[in-house]
Amino acid sequence: MDYSLIVGGEAGQGMDTFASLFEKAIKRCGYNVYAYSDYMSRIRGGHNFFNIRFSTENILAIKDNIDILFALNEETVQIHKDKVKDTGIIIADEAVAKEDNSIIHLKLSEIAKKLNNKRVANTVGLGAILNYFGVPMDIAAKIIKEEFKEEIADVNLKALEEGYKLLDTKYNLQIREDDKILINGNEAVGLGAIAAGCKFYCGYPMTPSTGVLTYIAKHANEYNIVVDQVEDEVAALNMALGASYAGVRAMTGSSGGGFALMVEALSLAGIIEVPVVVINVQRPGPATGFPTRTEQADLRFMIHAGHGEFPRMVMALRDTEDAFYQTVRAFNIAEKYNIPVLLLSDQHLADGVTSKKPFDLKNIKIERHIKRHIEGEYKTYEFTETGVSPRIIPGKIEGATVLVDSDEHDEYGHITESAEIRIKMVDKRLKKFELLKDEVKEPWHVGDEEPENLVVCWGSTYGAVKEAVENLSDEGVSIAALVFGDIWPFPTRKLLSLSKKAKKIIDIEQNATGQLDSLMRQEALIQSDYKILKYDGRPFTADEVYRRIKEVI
Amino acid sequence: MDYTILVGGAAGQGLDTFANIMEKIIKRCGYHVFTYRDYMSRVRGGHNFVQIRFSDKEIYSFKDKLDLILALNKESYILHKERLKADGVIISHEELDEERHIKLPIDEIKKKIKNHKVLNTVGMGVILKYFGLPLNTGREVLESVIRKKYIEDNIIALTEGYNLIESKYELPVEKDEKIIINGNNALALGAIAAGCKLYCGYPMTPSTSLLTYISSKSNEMGIVVDQVEDEIAALNMALGASYAGVRAMTASSGGGFALMVEALSFAGILEVPIVIVNAQRVGPATGMATRTEQSDLRFVIHAGHGEFPRMVIALRDPEDAFYQTARAFNIADKYQIPVIILTDLYLADYSKTIKPFDYNRISIKRYIDREVKGKYKKYEITDSGISKRIIPGKIEGQIVIGDSHEHDEYGHITEDPDLRTEMVLKRMRKLEGLKEELEEPWLIGDKEPEYLIVCWGSTYGAVKEAVDRLNEEGISVGALVFGDIWPFPTKQLMNIGEKAKAIIDVEQNATAQLDSIIREETPFEADYKILKFNGRPFNGDEVYNRIKSIFNEK
Amino acid sequence: MTCKYELYEPAWCPGCGNYMIRTALKMALEELEIKPHEVVIVSGIGQAAKMPHYISVNGFNGLHGRAIPPAIGVKMANKELHVIVESGDGDTYGEGGNHFIHGIRRNIDIAHFVHNNQIYGLTKGQASPTTAMGQITTLQFDGVKVEPLNPLALALTMGAGFVARGFSGDIPHLVALMKEAIKYKGYALVDILQPCVVWNRVNTFSWYKNRVYHLPESYDYTNKEEAMKKALEFGDRIPIGVIYKEEKETYLDRFDFIKNGPPLVDVELNPLDAEKLLEEFR
Repeated sequence: MDYSLIVGGEAGQGMDTFASLFEKAIKRCGYNVYAYSDYMSRIRGGHNFFNIRFSTENILAIKDNIDILFALNEETVQIHKDKVKDTGIIIADEAVAKEDNSIIHLKLSEIAKKLNNKRVANTVGLGAILNYFGVPMDIAAKIIKEEFKEEIADVNLKALEEGYKLLDTKYNLQIREDDKILINGNEAVGLGAIAAGCKFYCGYPMTPSTGVLTYIAKHANEYNIVVDQVEDEVAALNMALGASYAGVRAMTGSSGGGFALMVEALSLAGIIEVPVVVINVQRPGPATGFPTRTEQADLRFMIHAGHGEFPRMVMALRDTEDAFYQTVRAFNIAEKYNIPVLLLSDQHLADGVTSKKPFDLKNIKIERHIKRHIEGEYKTYEFTETGVSPRIIPGKIEGATVLVDSDEHDEYGHITESAEIRIKMVDKRLKKFELLKDEVKEPWHVGDEEPENLVVCWGSTYGAVKEAVENLSDEGVSIAALVFGDIWPFPTRKLLSLSKKAKKIIDIEQNATGQLDSLMRQEALIQSDYKILKYDGRPFTADEVYRRIKEVI
Repeated sequence: MDYTILVGGAAGQGLDTFANIMEKIIKRCGYHVFTYRDYMSRVRGGHNFVQIRFSDKEIYSFKDKLDLILALNKESYILHKERLKADGVIISHEELDEERHIKLPIDEIKKKIKNHKVLNTVGMGVILKYFGLPLNTGREVLESVIRKKYIEDNIIALTEGYNLIESKYELPVEKDEKIIINGNNALALGAIAAGCKLYCGYPMTPSTSLLTYISSKSNEMGIVVDQVEDEIAALNMALGASYAGVRAMTASSGGGFALMVEALSFAGILEVPIVIVNAQRVGPATGMATRTEQSDLRFVIHAGHGEFPRMVIALRDPEDAFYQTARAFNIADKYQIPVIILTDLYLADYSKTIKPFDYNRISIKRYIDREVKGKYKKYEITDSGISKRIIPGKIEGQIVIGDSHEHDEYGHITEDPDLRTEMVLKRMRKLEGLKEELEEPWLIGDKEPEYLIVCWGSTYGAVKEAVDRLNEEGISVGALVFGDIWPFPTKQLMNIGEKAKAIIDVEQNATAQLDSIIREETPFEADYKILKFNGRPFNGDEVYNRIKSIFNEK
Repeated sequence: MTCKYELYEPAWCPGCGNYMIRTALKMALEELEIKPHEVVIVSGIGQAAKMPHYISVNGFNGLHGRAIPPAIGVKMANKELHVIVESGDGDTYGEGGNHFIHGIRRNIDIAHFVHNNQIYGLTKGQASPTTAMGQITTLQFDGVKVEPLNPLALALTMGAGFVARGFSGDIPHLVALMKEAIKYKGYALVDILQPCVVWNRVNTFSWYKNRVYHLPESYDYTNKEEAMKKALEFGDRIPIGVIYKEEKETYLDRFDFIKNGPPLVDVELNPLDAEKLLEEFR
């Protein structure tokens, strides 16, 4: 089974509350849920909608067609009508598009008025739709009690009950065991950072990264985390580096435009060798671009950002589960090598809600690589075999001081202009990059072991590609996908071995220039035969990927 | 003939003035001159030196071996004596245990004059005499450069120095038709010739001399020069000026450019022409403020979030700096894109004699429309991707909306997916035009070489000298020296690379950034890499030796 | 362990005011009996910003204009450290202007010593934000065309709780100011007038020497109106001393878990502490 619902209307019409209640009710019935929110960059008006899909399968993308459209205004009907399957329905309040016979009009606002609270109309609709899918009322009622404040819980319960009477049950969902959590990408990153012991997070609000800032801020007091809303992104990374230098795990995040302001300090992180984690939650650029939409156009930018040469690691996040574990790992790697680790997410992943197995915090390790004792005089930049110098915390060892310096420096951190020391320091820093090459994980391999058609992609396109590849595989097409997570240094082993046998390489990316393809040419001397690119600000659906692969093979 | 003079001392001892006068005197005597400067990042003390090389043939680089050292302190002698040729001399007022020492009796000379800061000028006199160059030329240049009240003392000092020794060489004086200029001044002249009317920047070595030079001509040429509060302001301000219709430029070094990255992306979507200079120095971060490197190539190619067309031009020598800068303004205006000029500390500071610039070769093409039919669309979708440009305030009834969001043709915010796709394609279509615009790299040495060197920007001079020497020895070597570097011109490389036995990449960085572009954009990759990243520039001797050692290893 | 500070050979010009400022800093720290490993000097880029290289303390020599953000990070991460920012006028008021303004709003417990010589030194003589209108420089050939920034008045307007001015030529006075600033709970700005012997031929040692005077004993530094008058007095006479001081809640105090808990750097990290966060997603 596999159903989709769209709820749409203007900003301010309460779709997000409806969506989160509906998602939760479905999940509690034991189903997998994927929800994507499509919103405009405005506070009131415009057209926003949620596309909520649920299934017994592990789904990570939306479908083109839907089973039910819940329209909060007439515009929603016009925009999404064509997506409704023949077996599907459109429901709306009586007042919406009165003349349109294709709509099942319900007395949502009338009931709300009777309950003396106009704002519960959506809850009436929720009841109707839940009953349509056969979701038991007690499950929904419990969620209402959990989510609403006491003073309005009752009226919402009544509204729900009234709603249950409005539509007959069409699909009788079987109740399965619910062992999942429902989480979006930004929350998963925030949770990962907290689990990893991040104690300092600073940032400047910028869509779609603000969710990370908000999530961590919400739990800041409970977990002794300083959350600082800074004056600008230039301050953000510099401040995080200060906190990390002083010994706590620190992180900052933004979207591409804010990351652009961190570029100078990224280079600073490179030369002072202070660990830090930075997330770029991408949106379409250039400049302000599309604030509330998705794109994967900052890959090469992240890899090359910063003047001068220094080691860094770039990880693209593939789904919410990956977002959690990779964030934790990012902190460990940053501290193992004293380098900046950059996380690449995007609006699609950041806002997409997925049901996942609860994260396994028992198996997470925090590895800090900090020395509590030293012999002799401390050297921040001591030359070692690995290029990694022992790290101590300033103020913790009497008689030992820690000097970090943005100039080229000697082992103690003092400015130098010596040509010989310069070479040794560059070599020392770049040695760490060689070690990172062993640290990177090969891409996920989805589909056939030795495919004729090899799809390559990275980050959040994972969900759509996985589903498309599995469907094609089921049809007997020899196909597989490599989905890159760790992407710089670029892991080449799997790509080299699969590409040898593949007849066609198909690059799928959410950008206009095929940035992964350029990396493959550069690092593996392999070029894709076809590129499936999308840059209209909307995420790939599984259907679209399926169709477009079909076209090229 | 080919001689090199080194003058060394501490910061504050007047090396710069000495070099500026000395190189001019030698040039006026009709010689080709090449002056290399090595400074520390401090205002006083430390060790700085300048090497002035001159010859009757054109020079592209500096030499390891020295014919003469003027040591303004003992340290200069100690640091550089190993490089002095057996028949060379050292001029110094210090007590040195050295046979080749010509001691300056500075205390006696000081008795004859009021101003005591004449040590360098005495040395200058000695040098002129040593090479048999005319005292008169020295006097003329001094008189034209030095402030009036100091002229008399300096002429006495020069003459005293001149009379101190016998000539070792008797160099003839030839007709002088050249100019001597460093990379930054040439770049600035190019910008001025191109009609740049607003230049803003924040002081940062080695870009500061651009700011200083243009500022010194500000009133004369009618150019607004604004020392901004930071580099973020710099690019945004320049974009404002360009939007309003004047040619505008800003410059910095890598760290300052890093702060312009957000506004660079803005320039991309705004489609307002702009020229940005990154005079590279050693990174990361503050790095080495007065040392050279070429490590920002991939950074400037990929800087900025989102995708937009840009052009990156690396400057190869002062002459190239002038013409390419003027061209950069035309390309920026034609495509309404950012054009990034990459230079570096070495090229910014070294000076070289060249033919005077031919201003007739410069044409200013603005691509500005003075009238439009119908309502003006700043972002009209066209086949070339280029929309008509008008100047706000110049056409009654027409307004110009520049916007950092995705926008419709008029510049109004849109969230429409199809329009978005159209706009991305419109912007990216400019790349097709740009690719036609590209100049292929300079090919020097053998036209069909067995060994193909690839390099870019300021390494040109050192590579040129090395290739010439290897060719003279009968070795089949050629070099492709990239100037236009993004979009990456591949035609020449595809032709020559195919036939070459091996490709040798020569770069002033640690990760071989040009090689990574070659791998990405062509089927080739370098077989050997000659990299240098200690902050000091390559010279012809070093490149020659390192290429030779590749041959020897085989 | 003693509280003696070692000094290292600087690359400053002979006669530079930085030497005196460093002497005062060393004396202040020693007299306060703070141990070297308990102090962090955070700086940007410029001649003043080289300070952490020339005295034996922990040092974070970061980017031009960016000294304040890492200083905030350091202090929040470990409240037990004494955090001092040392930077010049261009670094602090120009490139770092935005951080200066917003740093004051936080009132974080750091001492900020600005070496104000009214010129750019390391980049060779361009105007700084405090250079006078009309002054000829190596870049502003026909004189500076923008008005100078008044750091003390700006700090007062932003609500800074400790605003002072010192002079590098008056070491005992400067030592006292520095000690007071380091001891002060909150953001303490000490703008230190200092000659640049190479690039500023207007604001020379004697220019300052002839103008500065000590605020009298009777001066009430808790009176903000008076303080504003003194902050604006920059001409024939320039007052030095604590211009304004008030006790204020600091940024740290507004975080209960820091105020009443251990320094963040000492908090034990355990991933399982976060497991309960999964509940809200069920």
